[in-house]
Amino acid sequence: MRHKSQTDFLLVFLFLLLVGFGWMNIFSTTYSGAFNINANYGRQLMWIGISCVSALFLSLLNSQFFRNITLPLYIITVILVFLTAFIGKKTNGATSWLGIGSFGIQPAEFAKYATCLFLANFLSNPTHSLYNRKNIWLSILILIIPVCCILLQNDTGSAIPFVFLVFVLIREGLTLWVLGTGFLLILLLILSILVKQWIILLCITLIFGFLFFRMRKHKKYYLGLFLIYAFTVLYVFSIHTVYDKVLKDYQKERIELVLGRTHDTKGIGYNVNQSKIAIGSGGLFGQGFMKGTQTTMNFVPEQSTDFIFCTVGEEWGFAGSTLLILAYTLLIFRIIKRSEEQRDSFIRIYGYGIACIFFSHLMINIGMTLGLLPVIGIPLPFISYGGSSLIAYTFMLFTFIAMDAKTNSWG
Amino acid sequence: MGQDAREKIILAVFGTVIAIFILRLFQLQVLDEQWEVKAQKNALRYVDDFPPRGLIYDRDGKLLVNNTISYDLMVIPRQVKLTDENRLELCRILEISDSSFHALMEKATKYSTFAASIFMRQLSEEQHNYLEESMYKFSGFYMQARTTRNYQTHAAAHTLGYIAEVDYNDMEKDNYYKMGDYIGKSGIERSYEKELRGKKGYKIKLVNNLNQEKGSYENGKYDTAAIPGMDLWTTLNKDLQEYGEKLMQGKRGSIVAIEPSTGEILCLVTSPSYDPSLLIGRERSKNYYKLYSDSIEKPLFNRALMAMYPPGSTFKLVQALVGLQEGAVTPASRFPCYAGFPYGGGHKLGCHVHGSPLDMPSAIQTSCNAWFCYDFKAIMENRKKYKTTKEAYDAWREKVCSFGFGSRFDSDLSYEKSGNIPTSDFYDRYYGKGGWRATTIISISIGQGEIMVTPVQLANLVSIIANRGYYYTPHLVKAIGHKDSANTRFSEKHQVLVDRKYFEPVIEGMKRACSAGTARSAAYSGISLGGKTGTAQNPHGKDHSILVCYGPTENPKIAISVIVENAGFGATWAGPIAGLMIEKYLKDSISRPDLEAHICSAVIR
Repeated sequence: MRHKSQTDFLLVFLFLLLVGFGWMNIFSTTYSGAFNINANYGRQLMWIGISCVSALFLSLLNSQFFRNITLPLYIITVILVFLTAFIGKKTNGATSWLGIGSFGIQPAEFAKYATCLFLANFLSNPTHSLYNRKNIWLSILILIIPVCCILLQNDTGSAIPFVFLVFVLIREGLTLWVLGTGFLLILLLILSILVKQWIILLCITLIFGFLFFRMRKHKKYYLGLFLIYAFTVLYVFSIHTVYDKVLKDYQKERIELVLGRTHDTKGIGYNVNQSKIAIGSGGLFGQGFMKGTQTTMNFVPEQSTDFIFCTVGEEWGFAGSTLLILAYTLLIFRIIKRSEEQRDSFIRIYGYGIACIFFSHLMINIGMTLGLLPVIGIPLPFISYGGSSLIAYTFMLFTFIAMDAKTNSWG
Repeated sequence: MGQDAREKIILAVFGTVIAIFILRLFQLQVLDEQWEVKAQKNALRYVDDFPPRGLIYDRDGKLLVNNTISYDLMVIPRQVKLTDENRLELCRILEISDSSFHALMEKATKYSTFAASIFMRQLSEEQHNYLEESMYKFSGFYMQARTTRNYQTHAAAHTLGYIAEVDYNDMEKDNYYKMGDYIGKSGIERSYEKELRGKKGYKIKLVNNLNQEKGSYENGKYDTAAIPGMDLWTTLNKDLQEYGEKLMQGKRGSIVAIEPSTGEILCLVTSPSYDPSLLIGRERSKNYYKLYSDSIEKPLFNRALMAMYPPGSTFKLVQALVGLQEGAVTPASRFPCYAGFPYGGGHKLGCHVHGSPLDMPSAIQTSCNAWFCYDFKAIMENRKKYKTTKEAYDAWREKVCSFGFGSRFDSDLSYEKSGNIPTSDFYDRYYGKGGWRATTIISISIGQGEIMVTPVQLANLVSIIANRGYYYTPHLVKAIGHKDSANTRFSEKHQVLVDRKYFEPVIEGMKRACSAGTARSAAYSGISLGGKTGTAQNPHGKDHSILVCYGPTENPKIAISVIVENAGFGATWAGPIAGLMIEKYLKDSISRPDLEAHICSAVIR
């Protein structure tokens, strides 16, 4: 229980630890004999420098400042994201880079920061209670706008973390039915891909038949129950239509790969297979710094960005990978803990927001390298190579640290 | 629901996901070991380090086969960047057309775009020199050195054998071999493959995802060095071998010479033969096909080891010895010969004109047929000793086979044939049980009928007689690894089933045959010889001319068998050839150049 406001040095320490460790892994995969400032590890060093300076700069600001810039920041980033979809540089099928000369940024990364701030600002207003249905829709709108712009860029990966901000709404009073229904819908989705449609429809009908039977004394619920049943059946039908017609082949491939329906090791399966080989060959304590054959010999694609965790797995083994995940967990849980202690709901909601963003990246990125989730190219914050992402995450984290340091908490 | 509970639900969801990840990591990294193996397969390349193949010398240390470096032109299709001009220049150097260039390129690309494959094998000296100068123009190509055989003689092709790339069967049998490796396919190269090849070493290289080498793994800590192949000192006498092939040119047949006291084969001539250098180099497969498909000359057929002939009269030596051992005859036994041996029904196995009756040495000297028929009949009808003909025949056969007939020597001769001494069961099947008697099969006593022998078996027979009753397995390699490190595999003495004392009268007959008998064409005044002619009946044409002899009789140094196919009576051609060979070996000079020229120029088909 704190009484005095102060900078949370544990968070600062975790930041430095992750960034430093990340740089070591980038160095290991991209170093080739002589130091070169233009190689990834050299550039990343520059980004780290800029990040640290930004962090110092941010620590001078207080929560009122951030409260004031939320709306303009939100509007500017959304416009940038929207523009990027049309004038951006195309890489790997997505148009997510906005080039300014030889310098490029990913506006989507900053949109996460701006959305967290704006959502916090919106919900921290006492009149915007989530027990009011209108406010729920407005909050969702705040999330949907950047998501749509990012989808326009054809960059599904960067849009997914926004979905995790639903956890913030739940924390702030959104009924738990949302969580439960969402979970059931996802379960149904996976089952309909795996199991034959008629089996699922039969099961649903049986379950609802049982419910109708149980409710025979309360006939007034029959209409509602029937509507839910009709919706579920429609949903199952639509999954197949959507899956076959709307999803692109490469997306289907990635999903089927994770569900174990295909075993291809050439196309997209190559990435996952090589990733598993690299991580799996690490053993308990790893091959040692710069001694991983898979990552230093470029067998893993995108190994300094999206697949950086392979290097960790191969060179630092189970021990190192687990410690990294635990350090991450500590960072996220620490943010949540500090948020809960805030008297100012703006800071609390913002803290939850960035915790959810960090968690979403951790889950999707590592889940992908471990072959548990489809291949979705998003970076591992603080670890992966990349200027935009590192600076955006540093902004997110240090905005929280700065605000947290300057307000009194409950105590 | 309170805020506190909601915080806990969120933390629980996050915590569950993280716990799943850690369990998954544990499964991948600690429990499952397949990934480590797959990782090694990915990034480590074992590059073979080929040892030089062992050299082959003759018995006096004269080099027969050594190695030479040749160059293969390799290509990595992905790295190829050629202007039209450069491509045409390369075609000109390689002497190929533009279209075959594209065909070769396509073949290489099909194999792999990243990995190197052979574009052209064994460049000529000229091509190599030219390319060495202008390699910089042809990016994506490079030359790879490899050792190939280099023959210091045009002779002994069959005996030395050849090496060729391993085929699927070779790799199945021995996983030492990989695609593209060389293996001995015949002759000494085949029999001594394990000694000659040495042991491959390997270097472990790191390769990246594009299959490019990126240096050695752990600074070569786990590399192993190649062990060079062992050199071989053969029993061959290079000069004698070459001389034999010279004498046999234009004729079909073989010459096998053995040193009786050791079983070492001094020469193994087969004719027609070929130049061993034909089976190396780029034209190898073309040349091989040419030799293989020559159905008239059959130059790849090793007559010395694989041709089976009826021994003809040379077999009388064995018949005489077995008869003495059986007690059926004595050296003084005389049998009448009035132009043949009557075997019943008024029929007669004919003989040529000579005095009658004769004792054993004279019978050998004149090669009387009848004497040996009587001898054979006496053994078969010796009812004091054997109850039936079959029993007598089995005893006879056992003694004949102890001379090395009817089976392979199990020596270092590759693809050797066993010949044939028929069994009593064979006759039982052929004539019915008990349906045959001595006279039924009388012709085998004089080396006709079902008996088949190989030239090397005949040479070994003379060797046994020269040794008076024993032999060492005829073999080709004296020493392995070092000149003084003797090959001990053939040091076992094989005793034949005829006592030493019975050899003297036979030797006496052989001496007389050379001085005043059928084999005098082999005689040469400076050296005392013992020999025997043979004329093998041949259903396909003129009889084969055979002569076996050894010398000097007082201290035998060389035992020799000569067969000239379709050359008629044994003394006509085989005799002079045997004489010249012995003279060449013992005196190293030829006193009868006229005879030599006559023989060399003769063509017998």
